[in-house]
Amino acid sequence: MAVLSLVEVKNLTCERGGRRIFRDVSFAAATGQVLTLEGPNGAGKSSALRILAGFLPQAAGEIRMQMTAGYAVTDSEERGRLVGWIGHTDGVKAQLSVLENARFFAALYGARIDVTEVLNHVGLKRLIDLPAQYLSAGQRKRLGLARLILSNRPLWLLDEPLSSLDAAGRRLAAELIGEHCDDGGIVIVATHETLGLDATRFFLGNV
Amino acid sequence: MITFLANPKRFLDFSNAISPWLAGLAAVLLGTGFYWALFATPPDYQQGQTVKIMFVHVPAAYMGIMIFGVMAAASLMGLVFRHPLADVGAKTAAPLGAAFTALALLTGSLWGRPMWGTYWQWGDARLVSELILLFIYLGYIALWNAIDDPVRAAKAAAILCLVGAADLPIIHFSVDWWNTLHQSASIIRLGGPTIDRSFLIPLFIMMAGYTALFGWLWLIRMQTEIFERRARSLMMAKGA
Amino acid sequence: MMAFQALLVRDMRLAFRAGGGASLAAAFFALVSALVPFGVGTDLVLLGRIAGGVLWVSAALAALLSLDRLFQADYEDGSLDVLMLSPLQLEGAAAAKILAHWLTTGLPLVVLSPVLGLLLNLPPPGYFALIGSLIIGTPALSGVGAIGAALTLSIRRGGLILALIVLPLITPALIFGAGAVMDALQGTGRGAFLFLAAFSVAAVALSPFAAAAAVRLNLGG
Repeated sequence: MAVLSLVEVKNLTCERGGRRIFRDVSFAAATGQVLTLEGPNGAGKSSALRILAGFLPQAAGEIRMQMTAGYAVTDSEERGRLVGWIGHTDGVKAQLSVLENARFFAALYGARIDVTEVLNHVGLKRLIDLPAQYLSAGQRKRLGLARLILSNRPLWLLDEPLSSLDAAGRRLAAELIGEHCDDGGIVIVATHETLGLDATRFFLGNV
Repeated sequence: MITFLANPKRFLDFSNAISPWLAGLAAVLLGTGFYWALFATPPDYQQGQTVKIMFVHVPAAYMGIMIFGVMAAASLMGLVFRHPLADVGAKTAAPLGAAFTALALLTGSLWGRPMWGTYWQWGDARLVSELILLFIYLGYIALWNAIDDPVRAAKAAAILCLVGAADLPIIHFSVDWWNTLHQSASIIRLGGPTIDRSFLIPLFIMMAGYTALFGWLWLIRMQTEIFERRARSLMMAKGA
Repeated sequence: MMAFQALLVRDMRLAFRAGGGASLAAAFFALVSALVPFGVGTDLVLLGRIAGGVLWVSAALAALLSLDRLFQADYEDGSLDVLMLSPLQLEGAAAAKILAHWLTTGLPLVVLSPVLGLLLNLPPPGYFALIGSLIIGTPALSGVGAIGAALTLSIRRGGLILALIVLPLITPALIFGAGAVMDALQGTGRGAFLFLAAFSVAAVALSPFAAAAAVRLNLGG
């Protein structure tokens, strides 16, 4: 049941610390679509995602999220509430166990799904009582994927989601992304690597 | 006028044009004020010649508060209206405000000593409030210096300035209230119960002189800050 | 509401785990208060007169202790990003964290204070005022402290700057709080509790917004 029909970016310009990272960038992604943002280091892939999520204001340009109900969302805070986010850092509390972290995410997003099933799905079943600080980077990424599922948000913005994941983890990520799109979601991924999915590629070059 | 000056180049032209005049005005006003204060006013019947310190102290105290108000206004312009030079204004005014406040505290202490017998009297609510204001200035300046990213530093300092400005009246009120514990607080106020009317004109001249002095120094500091930022962006562009 | 509660419980749980700082603040409070007689001598009458003020100053310093990590820890592991996009948003998250800080740092100070009052020979009329003023005043410390914590979250070792910017701002709480104890001892009634309550209410109501604004600017970069 798709909530979001289109994510549109027009003439986006990004400045950080007084330097222009990119200008006049335009792209769009529709329901069920996976869009990969590619480019060299420093091209601004992470910045673009952060602008989309509403963390960073754009220096110029428009961002529109067209809802299937008919109205468009442009305000950065409202956009944020449509976003499922994976960034460079995990968003996982080291002193809490995997289960405690997951239960927190479930309560935070008001998720009705069974938490242990989600943890099972991402392959963390045997580690649920382990404090998160003992997890490997790949396992933490899987916990992040669990958070994505629990957040139940239509637009997934993923910044290098495959880093630290082993082959099984990458298959899992690709599978989850595929499932999300089949359910009517939209996924925009900044990545150096191939997802093994049918994705539209957008290249962010240097200015 | 404020929006007219939002363009850095126009601001630099404007400040280049008027700062010599401000300097001259400050010199004239302060010179006249000093002369008048020292030679043309009678000594106080209670305090003798030491009352003349008030001509340095009172305007300095006033400037300390007024400058914080200017910083608060600039902070608001920067945060809400995104005025490009607002954070430059706030950042550069702060050390000047701190200096005036420190001057007020120093002269207040010297002025009070003959009366109080000590160099510091906690019972003077205004002086104590100024001491807290000095700490607020120092915290503001420290925050600017501690955050590396200048854009972030500007916004953080702006929020701190606005919170401080909102808190200052409350702080002043609480210090006043605090002093009511000591019944002897009634006559401790610097300056005594009445000021001779002949003092008022030189006092205003001194206040105007301090304001002109502040204006001149502020414009110069803003110019310097703008040049520093330009130099920095040139260096960054070179590195890119 | 469920999200607010979830964050509140999470932060409280974290405060009591390793590196949380809850017991640290209480220990610091006790230590500083116990140090004072070494500084001013054993005159019991003197100690009794200054006990209210000493305990209030120690409480203010102790409350500051765990504040620098209030937002910084979440900033470093990416939880702040998650909270900003959550249904709570930053204002709700800040409010939950302030409440959690008060419950895990402020309240223990309140509970410990009468014991320390005994140590400092606080006369009997002062205890109710001490406990009451700390209950009413410590939320203001958490609130204003949170604003400082949000402003300094990107600064390494920002604890000192945090103290420098927060302490002047909370002088009204210190004045009214210690003043309440003084009034109780001297039998003067100057409305200390009322003013303290007003300050606390204002601080607690407004600080989530200021703290959220400060967090937002740090997340934006």
